[in-house]
Amino acid sequence: MSYAKPRPRIDPLTAPFWENARRNILSLQVCTACGDKHLPPSPVCPKCLSSDQDWRPASGGGVLEAYGEFHRAYWNGFADDLPYSSAIVRLDEGPLMATNLVGETSAAKVGAKVRVVFDVVADDLTLPRFELTGD
Amino acid sequence: MASGDLIRDRVSVVGVGNTPYGSFPETDEYGLAAHAFRNALEDSGLQKSQIDGLLVCRIPSYVRMGEVLGLDPGWTMTLPGHGRMAGMAIVEAAMALVTGQAKYVALMYANIGRSRRINYGGDEIPSFWDPWGFTSPGGAHAMMFRRHMDLYGTTTRQLAEVSVAFRHHACLNPDAVMKKPITIEDHEAARRIVAPLGLLDYCLINDGAVCIILTMKDRARDCRKAPVNIIGVGARDEYRESNISLYATDCRYAAVKEAGAVAYRMAGVGPPDIDAFMCYDNFSPTVLFTLEGLGFCPRGEAGRFVENGTLKLGGQLPTNTDGGHLSNSYMQGWALNIEAVRQLRGEAGARQVPDCNVVQYAQATPCTRSIIYTRA
Ligand SMILES: [Zn+2]
Repeated sequence: MSYAKPRPRIDPLTAPFWENARRNILSLQVCTACGDKHLPPSPVCPKCLSSDQDWRPASGGGVLEAYGEFHRAYWNGFADDLPYSSAIVRLDEGPLMATNLVGETSAAKVGAKVRVVFDVVADDLTLPRFELTGD
Repeated sequence: MASGDLIRDRVSVVGVGNTPYGSFPETDEYGLAAHAFRNALEDSGLQKSQIDGLLVCRIPSYVRMGEVLGLDPGWTMTLPGHGRMAGMAIVEAAMALVTGQAKYVALMYANIGRSRRINYGGDEIPSFWDPWGFTSPGGAHAMMFRRHMDLYGTTTRQLAEVSVAFRHHACLNPDAVMKKPITIEDHEAARRIVAPLGLLDYCLINDGAVCIILTMKDRARDCRKAPVNIIGVGARDEYRESNISLYATDCRYAAVKEAGAVAYRMAGVGPPDIDAFMCYDNFSPTVLFTLEGLGFCPRGEAGRFVENGTLKLGGQLPTNTDGGHLSNSYMQGWALNIEAVRQLRGEAGARQVPDCNVVQYAQATPCTRSIIYTRA
């Protein structure tokens, strides 16, 4: 069956993120001039404006910034999943990431520690999601 | 001198007008805006030939708008249809007046989002986060409100006070779309859209248009009605961490605090002086965040502050006396500014705030603005 949910828009800027995800690596764009780490990727470093940008693995850890539940399908592909989890995670490196909370979520609380897990949702697409660490 | 000080108590609102609010598939942005312009012009007592500044917002072509209205202005500006341009537009038009680029500026906003079935999410506003199903300004506000709940103990019943108060006001406003009173229980029972937010936390989607005419205070005396003066403006934009729709990690506390402080300082007033408050309410939590940022209550305490009808007419701080975006009309801040004018003129009928001398408008958005109005 074909994958009915929205796919990433792959372009030269975003391709490394999705290639790394398929190898179970959560990665961030890192400025080789000043070390600033950012996501989504940017054509120049938002801190120092350098064009010299690379990708590095993130620790995979973070804290739960916020969480909620979509009861409305803005894309038809999500209609059968309603309601589905949504979350924003503050990665240990600093950037925010919109994602989903998976696994046991009843202890979800702003500030709770989370770690990345990788869901293969289609042959060519892996989504980094997060679970509570319980710490 | 801060550039905003050029504006201080020098610019007046002399005309306001609006269309009915609802669903008008038979017309378009130009038809709606022209209707609002005609009403504002009549309200001001000016002749069309005196209008020499044109600002359009959420209207596709300023050229077509000028053609429809038969105008050849000396100053034109166009702003996109984002829900934060009203405050920016009024400040920009005021600057055009004080720098002599125009004598009478007509600002118009039109929205035909209901007839065009705009969704405000999904493929209409593509983002990096679509594969995870995260989308929509409502989603971002649900996240911010959840954060406020967990950090400060705010409840959805407290949030309900916002929707209930604004609906109460809409029931007193002949123009408003929503006319059925609601209770805290109705708010709690409403279907969820993005939990913790439900249907009654979301703005309406309706068609309509608003027009405002501004001039310099010294020219305002010649107009039909008593002028309403702009005595303070403040601003803070936030783009650095803006990619998750409208999500802001501090619920825009710092930006609102800064924009508010600048506006209060310029106006020489503070929160206790505000007789009526017009608060951008794309979603109900925005009102709580704005109250905290402006200092109407301490940070984290807006839930308790709004309990027991604080925002209702007769309460401590009558807010969105027209019903706001939640219950009057989704005019993206524009209708709130004409409501400020009508309150200060004493034209608000059944929803009039007694002895209304100072009204504040604020929009807590990626472009946070506040404008303080007073009657002459
Ligand atoms: Zn850099």
